[in-house]
Amino acid sequence: MTHMHLHSPSLWTLAWRRLRADRVAMAALAVVAGFLLLVLLSGTGLVAGDWEDEVAVNYAPPSFVGADAAARALAQAQLPRATPSNAFDPLAAELAGLKAQVAATHPPVEKRTTLLFGADKWGHDIVKKTIKGGETSIVVGLVSALLAVTLGTLFGAVSGFYGGWVDDLFNWFYSIFTSIPAILMILTVAAVLQQKGVTTIVLILGLTGWTGPYRLMRAEYIKHAAREYVMAANAIGASGWARMFGHILPNVSHVALVQMSILVVGFIKAEVILSFLGFGVPVGTVSWGSMLNEAQNELILGKWWQLAAAASAMALLVTSFSLFADALRDALDPKIK
Amino acid sequence: MFAYILRRLWQMLPTMAGVVVLVFVLFNWVGGDPAYLLAGKMADAAAIENIRRQLGTDQPYYVQLWIFVQQIVTFDFGNAWSTGEPVSHIIASRLGPSLTVLIPLTVLETVFGIALALGIAFVRGSLTDRAIMVACTVGMSISILVYIIVFQYVFAYQWGLFPVQGWGNSLGENLLRYALLPIIIGLAVSIAPTLRLYRSFVLDEASQDYVRTARAKGLGERRIVWVHVLRNAAIPIITHVMASLPALLIGAFLLERFFGIPGIGREVILAVERSDFPVIKAITVYVAAATMVFNLLADLLYQAVDPRVQLR
Repeated sequence: MTHMHLHSPSLWTLAWRRLRADRVAMAALAVVAGFLLLVLLSGTGLVAGDWEDEVAVNYAPPSFVGADAAARALAQAQLPRATPSNAFDPLAAELAGLKAQVAATHPPVEKRTTLLFGADKWGHDIVKKTIKGGETSIVVGLVSALLAVTLGTLFGAVSGFYGGWVDDLFNWFYSIFTSIPAILMILTVAAVLQQKGVTTIVLILGLTGWTGPYRLMRAEYIKHAAREYVMAANAIGASGWARMFGHILPNVSHVALVQMSILVVGFIKAEVILSFLGFGVPVGTVSWGSMLNEAQNELILGKWWQLAAAASAMALLVTSFSLFADALRDALDPKIK
Repeated sequence: MFAYILRRLWQMLPTMAGVVVLVFVLFNWVGGDPAYLLAGKMADAAAIENIRRQLGTDQPYYVQLWIFVQQIVTFDFGNAWSTGEPVSHIIASRLGPSLTVLIPLTVLETVFGIALALGIAFVRGSLTDRAIMVACTVGMSISILVYIIVFQYVFAYQWGLFPVQGWGNSLGENLLRYALLPIIIGLAVSIAPTLRLYRSFVLDEASQDYVRTARAKGLGERRIVWVHVLRNAAIPIITHVMASLPALLIGAFLLERFFGIPGIGREVILAVERSDFPVIKAITVYVAAATMVFNLLADLLYQAVDPRVQLR
């Protein structure tokens, strides 16, 4: 041995190496990254910004099914055509002028009888609608998971680091929040807040979901607070907050990351259920939950495509995200090292 | 034993007090003044004042909190705001239908979960094992809504095997006719997470020393798994079942809503839709109490299953 390693690889380098060796995890990561890219593109309006355009006839079937007679008849009926002139209309001249103006700026187009994955009740493109709905659901999942993990980490750090009556107080909070089942807690807060909106769902999920991260982070902080590097930091006069978040947090942040990836999956599912019940996103905002809500009635008419699109997009994302979360936990778990 | 139960009940008091205060703060402070909600759009000051006096919201907060505590202890939450039905009657009459679905569902789920998990333990690490685990992950990622919508549409609406929704008067009719499809859907949804969890419990035990000893003394694999491993894996399984029971009472709300079952979960949804605060308050407090009691029951059951456990 002539050459000594001056730098031993960090926890993150090691974890990334382990993760890269896991083919399932990398495939899952690619799918998740694809979804996140779509969210970014649709959030900036580059993709699916025009999802509300009524480009097809109502319930136009997917193109691989082919247009049916009803869709063709509907497309004929919805063709723009001149209304018979009314000799007694005092506004005829003005109306004709207005119509000409509209026709100049919005040339009439024939509505399509088929779309790549069909159309909904109003003729919106299902593919674009699914992307837009995914944006809402994924953003809600990510932001509320971030809020829950931040709260859980903050409480867990203070509780585990200081111990004593602070710990007792937070443990009391913890036992209160865990004795009410999560879904009941969510519905109760939804009943009290009484206003729909993306911010409301994020608050509901974030404020009720901090218990899981809290328990784990508290255990980590109890373990680390007694370690030598923290005592050394204390000896050089680092304050409590500096030790908690400057010294200990980087060493336990992988626990928070794993918790976050697990919570995102749960919160996306919860948002879908809340929006389905009508306690979630407001009217006019589309999410996978509101799509499923519409799809429920469409299915009875035999229009299955909206259900299939929303359900499979969500299943694909959630499957990949949970596979990735599992792999991340295995890669970051110090016990396996 | 008796002293242990007494002490555990005593320890529940601060948590229960916390739940009561939390619910009180949520509904009496965050929720705003319910009088405006109740009085409707065309309300005059006298009507609002009258409602406030009836609800007791014109009193200081500590008096209101005391009223709430009295309501909890006497099981008398007054009448529901939307229907005028006494809240205690709502809870009592909705419990039966919920349990008609939940008890068979929990029993079947636990039995199937244990049987499948032990079955998989024989072939751990094989292709079958991995295929089943992947299937479980995919199954878990499909929303429960999709299961309900598709199963109800295919089995009840298209094939007519079950009634689409409804609820009868006799237990037998409900159990054999109306509750069947909800139970099947509940099983389809819950078997994947249950199996994954129970498999991990079983595999934790399968690598223990006593299993090696049992093999060394010549016991068959079947007897090792079904007798030795099962007994030891039973403790986490009991915790899981007992802890999830009260949550299930609410968790089945989607099934109850889709199939028109007049249970507790559907009542909660209706109450949230109608801003019927007394109903939600009562259900939240009692479900929290039930959760704590079931945790105690789980601990008592440990000792019955595992004589090594000493309750102190």
